[in-house]
Amino acid sequence: MSERTTVRAILSAILALWLCPARAEAHLVTTGLGPVYDGIDHFFLSPADEIPALALALLAGLRGTAAGRRALAVLPVAWLAGGWAGLATRGWSAPPEEMVGALSLLLLGVLVASDIALPAAVVAGLAGLLGLAHGFLDGVGFLQAGMGKGMLEITGIAVTLFVLVALGAAAAVVAKPMWARTAVRVLGSWIAASGLLWTGWVLHGFK
Amino acid sequence: MNANMTTPMKTDLFTSWRRFPWLPIAAILLILAPKAQAHIIKGEAGGFASGFHHPWSGLDHITAMVAVGLWGAQLGGRAMWLLPVVFPIVMACGGFLGLIGVPLPGQEVGIALSALLLGLMVLGAVKPKHLIWPAILVGTFGFYHGHAHGTELPPGQSGLFYSIGFVIATGTLHLCGITIGLLNRWPAGKAAIRSAGAVIMGCGVYFLWVALQPEPGEPAPAKATGALVTPGDGWHHV
Repeated sequence: MSERTTVRAILSAILALWLCPARAEAHLVTTGLGPVYDGIDHFFLSPADEIPALALALLAGLRGTAAGRRALAVLPVAWLAGGWAGLATRGWSAPPEEMVGALSLLLLGVLVASDIALPAAVVAGLAGLLGLAHGFLDGVGFLQAGMGKGMLEITGIAVTLFVLVALGAAAAVVAKPMWARTAVRVLGSWIAASGLLWTGWVLHGFK
Repeated sequence: MNANMTTPMKTDLFTSWRRFPWLPIAAILLILAPKAQAHIIKGEAGGFASGFHHPWSGLDHITAMVAVGLWGAQLGGRAMWLLPVVFPIVMACGGFLGLIGVPLPGQEVGIALSALLLGLMVLGAVKPKHLIWPAILVGTFGFYHGHAHGTELPPGQSGLFYSIGFVIATGTLHLCGITIGLLNRWPAGKAAIRSAGAVIMGCGVYFLWVALQPEPGEPAPAKATGALVTPGDGWHHV
């Protein structure tokens, strides 16, 4: 069989599979690959965690390599610590997950959009606060969902965060041309706008 | 002559195929839609789709947002990006107030005026001396549009996904305007953009005429007074 025929056969198979996709079941079904991968999967399917972490990475990158390195070190550790605290908490049935997520988006989005010259220590402090708050809420969520002991899932999230912050901050650090830096700021404004709308949504009481 | 030069497309395709043999596998895995694990948040897909669809659902919003991009491209330099940064944030401020129930008088008239005046700016290729004036004008109209969206948001969706879809759609409309505005580099393009501004302004006149009509079932005002009243569920200028 020639190479072109092989390519055509594969493309036909892809098209056929595309036309009959399987049903996606997105409600606390484990990956089957173990708790660490469950945590990674959980993170990528949770924009309420993912977008603030990306915004922090962009903020740290805009502020330079020193701020990027500090954020890279602080955020995963703080997330782990917060997750551990959340797993150790008992009797908290309704944590303010949506409000924390909305305010995180709003604050970090505004900081990225405005490109304020924050010191690296302040960026590290923000990373610590973000990690503690979101890690805590993840821990409480895992506990309520009965997902094993939870700490391995949190570890998976922390590893993913390390990679995400490294890539996001690096991308923002090298964004030296005016257009590239502005593009990062536009992204920040979109994040802030999403956070503000979500805050209004939560205050309105829509569920 | 190198034989490969006679069939560049084929060569590129097969070279890529050899260099990235994992691509078909990745594509197959991508479309298999495996079981996923997530928070228990209902309406994710509906929320994003609804939010993304919303700004495209009304010509008044589309014309104003495209006009923002066109005007930004005409202004050039920092303004091209300043306006699309300002608009979403101020629009979200309006949406926030709409969501928490703060009323805004003259909402429909403000939205109609946004198309009219922004179209006028594009038509006249107006370039204010300071960037603050375009930012204020665009921000003010963004506030009106955001408030209208905020009061129209449907319950029962995921707020985060809806908001993300909504903001991405708004930004996409701006990018459409900016992309069209790149025609400004050529004389014929400049004329085409200014013509587009005239069309948007015409749409704005129509929107204003509609906004000034009385609600069905209401008596028409005997005399235009300039006062703002609240017939039914909306504000209309009479």
